[in-house]
Amino acid sequence: MFLKSRENIIRFLFFLVIFLLLFFLGSIFFKSLNTTKIFVPDKLIGRSLPDFTAESFDDKNKYFTKNEIFNEKKYYLLNIWASWCGPCREEHPILIKLSNDHNLELVGLNFKDKKENALKFLNKSGNPYNKVLIDNNGSVSISLGAYGVPETFLINEKKIIELKFVGPLKNSDYKKILKKINYKNEN
Amino acid sequence: MKIKLVLFIVFNIIFNYNYVYSKNNNLDLHKQISKNIRCIVCQGQSIDESNSDFAINIKNLISAKLEEGLNEEEIYQFLKSRYGEWIVYKPELNINNFILWILPYALFIAGGFYIFTKLIKKKKKININRY
Repeated sequence: MFLKSRENIIRFLFFLVIFLLLFFLGSIFFKSLNTTKIFVPDKLIGRSLPDFTAESFDDKNKYFTKNEIFNEKKYYLLNIWASWCGPCREEHPILIKLSNDHNLELVGLNFKDKKENALKFLNKSGNPYNKVLIDNNGSVSISLGAYGVPETFLINEKKIIELKFVGPLKNSDYKKILKKINYKNEN
Repeated sequence: MKIKLVLFIVFNIIFNYNYVYSKNNNLDLHKQISKNIRCIVCQGQSIDESNSDFAINIKNLISAKLEEGLNEEEIYQFLKSRYGEWIVYKPELNINNFILWILPYALFIAGGFYIFTKLIKKKKKININRY
C-alpha cells in the first residue's frame, strides 16, 4: 500500500500540512473579502460623555462646559456639522423633524466652519438646534472621539452616550432615536 | 571562553540599549508620538504621514497636550480612551493578542534550543570519533 513505507507517510503528512495551511489562509482571505474595513470608534458608547469646553456660537466670549450644556434631565442629541459638508445637508431634514420632539434637546457643534456660512446655512435650511457651539480647531470633536462630520451622539439624562451615528442620519436612525427616547419616557 | 561570551552579550545589550535610548531622546517627541498613532480615516498611514483633516486635528491636539505638560504615555491614554486601542500602532498585551506578542520570542527560544541541541550532538559525535 501507498502508506506502507516511512518515506511515503512523511510525504503524505507534508502535503497534508501544506494543504491545510493553504486552506486556512484561503479561508481567511475569502472571509475578509466581505468584511467592512471602515473603522467606527465605539469606545465611548455606553460610557459617560467626556468633559469638554466649547465656545458659544452666539457669543464669542462665552464658553460652555459639559455640565452647563447638558444640564437638564432629558435626552440630548449632539450633532457635529458644518455648512461646507454635503452629507450634513442630507441629514438636515431629519434633524428638523427630531427638533419637534419635546423629549429631545438638540445641540449642534459647528466644526471648522466660517460663522457667516454657518449662519447662512441655518437661516436657509432652518435651525433645529437648541444650542449651537463652535469647534474651531477640531479639539472638541477629538475629545468626543469623533473623526469627521457629520457625526451624532444620543446622550441620556445621566450623560451617557447611548447611540452614535457616523455619517448622515438616515430614516432608520431617526426611528432608532425616537424609539429610544420615547420608550424611556413611557416607563 | 564562557566568561568572554557572557561579557560579550552583557556589553552588547548595554551599548545597544544606550544607543536606542539616546536616539529616542533626540527624536522630536511630537514626531515620535504622531508616528505611533494610526490615522483612522486614511488607514495604513500614521498621523505623521497624513495631511487629512483628522490627522491635522490630532497633531494640533498632541501639541496642545505636550504644552499642557502631558507625557507621551498620557497622550496615548487620552486617545485610547476616545478611540480605543486601535488608534495606537503598538498594542497592549492582552488576552486577545498575547499569541502575537509571545510567538516571536517563543520561535526565537525554540530556534536557539534547536541549534543548541544540534551543536551538542555534533560535538558529542566529534568527541566519540576522536576517542
